[in-house]
Amino acid sequence: MRHPVSFLGLELAHPIINGSGTFDAIAARAVFGAELDCAFPFAAFVSKTITLRAQDGNPPPRLWETASGLVNSIGLPNPGLDAYMSRDLPQLSTLPVPLITNVMGSTIEEFVDLVAACSERDEIAAIELNVSCPNVKTGLDLGSDPVQLGQLLAAVRPLTGKPLIVKLTPNCADVVVCAKAAADGGADALSLINTLRAMALAPRVVGAGRVGPWLGGGTGGLSGAAVRAVALAQVAAVARSVDVPVVGMGGVQRAAHARDLLDAGATVVAVGTESFRDPAVGARIAQELLASRSSV
Amino acid sequence: MSPNEDHATAPAYERLERATAPLERRLVSVIACERVGPYRLLRVVDPAGPRPAAGQFAMLATAERWGAGEDERPYLPRALSFAGWADGEASFLLEDVGPGTKRLCELRAGEELWMLGPLGTCFTPPAHGRRPLLVGGGIGIAPLIFLQDVLGKPAALLGFRDRAHTLGAGLLHDTRLTTDDGSEGRRGVVSELLSEELDHEENATVYACGPPAMLEAVRALCAARSVPAELALEAGMACGFGACYGCVVPRRDGGYLRVCVDGPVVDARELEQIEAHVGAPA
Repeated sequence: MRHPVSFLGLELAHPIINGSGTFDAIAARAVFGAELDCAFPFAAFVSKTITLRAQDGNPPPRLWETASGLVNSIGLPNPGLDAYMSRDLPQLSTLPVPLITNVMGSTIEEFVDLVAACSERDEIAAIELNVSCPNVKTGLDLGSDPVQLGQLLAAVRPLTGKPLIVKLTPNCADVVVCAKAAADGGADALSLINTLRAMALAPRVVGAGRVGPWLGGGTGGLSGAAVRAVALAQVAAVARSVDVPVVGMGGVQRAAHARDLLDAGATVVAVGTESFRDPAVGARIAQELLASRSSV
Repeated sequence: MSPNEDHATAPAYERLERATAPLERRLVSVIACERVGPYRLLRVVDPAGPRPAAGQFAMLATAERWGAGEDERPYLPRALSFAGWADGEASFLLEDVGPGTKRLCELRAGEELWMLGPLGTCFTPPAHGRRPLLVGGGIGIAPLIFLQDVLGKPAALLGFRDRAHTLGAGLLHDTRLTTDDGSEGRRGVVSELLSEELDHEENATVYACGPPAMLEAVRALCAARSVPAELALEAGMACGFGACYGCVVPRRDGGYLRVCVDGPVVDARELEQIEAHVGAPA
């Protein structure tokens, strides 16, 4: 069963991929064995975010379940660029689908190093830039500022011939302005939405005073069914404002939700939190999309 | 050859091999959800599932009405240790401590639930010449029910809040009990029983599961006496298969381990002090 999609020069078997940081293919191979490669749920695999240096991630607790959603404060644990290249990449390159490596720098200089390193590796089909990183001077996410986004693209675009995807943040005044800045700067595709900034307070204890944040990282990001309508609005607004392809994501649980994002202008749809509930859901959505298309 | 390959009763120990899970969650049918004091013993028929090993767990969610409970929850599946498995019938021990476990406790025979697993690590057999000793607290007795069956019914030291909860001890054999309020067994905490047991048993291997404070007491005792110990940890998790990185605990040599794939059963020596933290979601 195929529902081929052309995306950034890649011929994908179907339009469903994973959101960065929502599926660990290396861990999943150990849990599910050979079945993972035989029935890989996604048409391309997006790595978790890789930073220049190794990160342990945020102190626990890292999760909070909310109404039809999940607030997470994971903190981008990853082995760092060198260990990713030497240890993870050989394993990820044997997956049956193209590999998109997601990177984040805390400065434009770090992004330059990350993109330059990824550009040299044939195993990496495309590079996704996670721009939901706070600027140490302004406190604003780099991705929420069109000027900084333009500066980032000006720095990294000349470094690679590989497709560059910019993962936009929804935590900004106007996502369309940011999308245009990224596209004008030379991004080959845009992906959205990342998680919405969110918070949970620790459970109240009788007799205790004011309670503090539950999550070890203070605030977190909301995902899951709760964000679906927000994602649809942002994907639709961006897709009609830029000429580059869009990866739509946010609360996709079934083929109907993926179809909505495709109808709103997305070329490819990513599944995230729903994979936590069922690791095979990406493949099932792809099959349902194909079945609904052939029945029309 | 590893020290664990030479077993006194090898045939039984062959059942302690970590199973891989089918990639897709599957629907299983409830046979019964029996009351055991404040707990429920949920029994399901899972003919398509692989045989789990003691210590492994599954992610469970009811097929109907998962969501729309208190605060419009539950949303994510819940991680439950296998309390037993035989011929395609799996059992889990539940306690209603939140919207997810509440909904699972409501299940009736014939209803269906989604199951992903077996997941995580399992207990490993004791080295030759060492005597297994089980230590459990509260709902943490669940994986020990399964393990005791596999290891030939070794003794179990169990601690509970009160008399009502000690009804859970009826699911195990050869038990010695403590309760926090002294309403059954000895008044106190189970680590006191363990300390006394280790005073006259030099060759024990400890297998423990329970709340963080109990596990920390067991970890510290075993570390001080150089007694091998395996601890089954509990943590709130979103996925159960290493994807979300939400269920971490600090590792002794720095960084974190994921309870779902590096655990739930870990060698006590791998752990830093076990912090008292509440696992969400429940």
